[in-house]
Amino acid sequence: MPSETLPAWRAALRATPTLLRVGVAETVAYRVEFVIWMMTTTLPLIMLGLWTSVAAEAPFAQFGQREFVAYYIAVLIVRNLTGSWVVWQINEEIRRGLLSFRLLRPVHPFVTYAASHLASVPMRSVIAIPFAVILLISSAREILVTDPVMLLVLAASLLGAWLITFFILLMIGAVGLFVDKSVAVFEVYMGFFAVLSGYLVPPALMPGWVASIAKWTPFPSMLGFPVQLAIGSYHRRLDALGDLAIQWGWVVLVIVAALAVWRAGIRRYEAFGS
Amino acid sequence: MRGRAGRYVGLLGVQVRASAVTSMQYRVDFLIEGAMSLYWLGWNLVPLLIVYNQRPTVAGWDFPSALVVIAWFSVLRGLLEGAVNPSLVGVVEKIRTGEFDYLLLKPADAQFLVSTAKFEPWKVLDVLGGIGLAVAAFVMLGRVPAAADVALCVVLLFGAALVLYSLWILIISASFWVIRLDNLVYLFMAVFDAARWPIAVFRGFWRVLFTLVIPLALMTTFPAMAILGTLESHVAILGLGGAVVFAAAARLLWRAAIRSYTSASS
Repeated sequence: MPSETLPAWRAALRATPTLLRVGVAETVAYRVEFVIWMMTTTLPLIMLGLWTSVAAEAPFAQFGQREFVAYYIAVLIVRNLTGSWVVWQINEEIRRGLLSFRLLRPVHPFVTYAASHLASVPMRSVIAIPFAVILLISSAREILVTDPVMLLVLAASLLGAWLITFFILLMIGAVGLFVDKSVAVFEVYMGFFAVLSGYLVPPALMPGWVASIAKWTPFPSMLGFPVQLAIGSYHRRLDALGDLAIQWGWVVLVIVAALAVWRAGIRRYEAFGS
Repeated sequence: MRGRAGRYVGLLGVQVRASAVTSMQYRVDFLIEGAMSLYWLGWNLVPLLIVYNQRPTVAGWDFPSALVVIAWFSVLRGLLEGAVNPSLVGVVEKIRTGEFDYLLLKPADAQFLVSTAKFEPWKVLDVLGGIGLAVAAFVMLGRVPAAADVALCVVLLFGAALVLYSLWILIISASFWVIRLDNLVYLFMAVFDAARWPIAVFRGFWRVLFTLVIPLALMTTFPAMAILGTLESHVAILGLGGAVVFAAAARLLWRAAIRSYTSASS
């Protein structure tokens, strides 16, 4: 049989278009749930409430009202494009034994997870992003990035942010193969993410010690970096490219780590599952 | 024969005891939950600390007053996640699978049964943490709140809990007609997050939305103003009146929903 002799990566490549189509169909089928999931990422707007009220009295550091609006709407967009709920999905599949079916397929589970979540990105873009982008352009046109090189860097950084976020979440999901409480692990992760990535507070306004901790973690690469690119905080291309290199370094590291945790976890899962 | 009320108090006691016994089996959870609530309490303060590091007041609120709002936010979140959410999250699933039928057969009020099905006693740590923050705020202010103000604040917090609970019952009643509402709980929590700031920081549309439609102002800002002694009495009365109206509306819709449910299945 020719399909059995195909190397793993060719099989994955051949299956991808079908997997993506299935993913789109799933997203469309559960559209109401999907919209609700998207609406739960409103925390940036709540933060924006606080900060615009602060900036209405006088600019805060170098941030005026316009900068805050641009920053948090960009956060909302990047978060909507890069976030996913794969941790809950993996937990549910482990609990109900559905993971076994996924493992039977001839492609790596990471590929099937990634396909179904990537497929939901266009749908998200259709619903939320146009509003946000119009809002962003109308309220802060002058500060948005326009340099074509920087726009390319922005596109690459969005892909990088998606990859880091997705593989960290896969890794946390895989922790569920060892312990029951992987959702608790996720909450700890969210706590660090919220503060260190720039989700709650723009990196430029972080106290020095928070910023110096953040520098050694992948969190700024997941949110703060693309957002700052979009709202034109980078004035020199070289700085942006340097941070892009750091981001993609994290991409490689996170993928390797996620694969390792997954492999160890699956060995355990098979050991007592069968 | 004990009265009707006595019977329900007894039932509540049984349900609470069952939940307590269940959670005593997971003592490690106590440590995890405790650590998590302290952890989130700490993170929630970060933006506030950054802002007030450079500003004496924001929208008329100084640091200790804003701290009281966050304190009540934590108390209410503890109540919500400890006493309201655990029971009610399961109901939507029960309605979908038809398991709800068995509940209706029991000789007690269905709303009472679904609302008291499960408690998470460890969430009391959130409540204690919130009270601790409020105490810290008054230490910073260097004064003791007047007894009448404390009493009004407690009454308002009960009103706030009533509104939160009623909103939940409204959502569940809606799920009798629209089946798939499982993740509405996350949306609910996301909106509730806005209650962490004094309502004065929101403007225009958001202020109206959070005061009248989803009464977040009533939940944290009004109790905070009450204990600080700055709440006008007519606002307090209006707020409590609103809470009662909310609860009544939730009860009416619930009964309408139950009627349509039983007639649909038979």
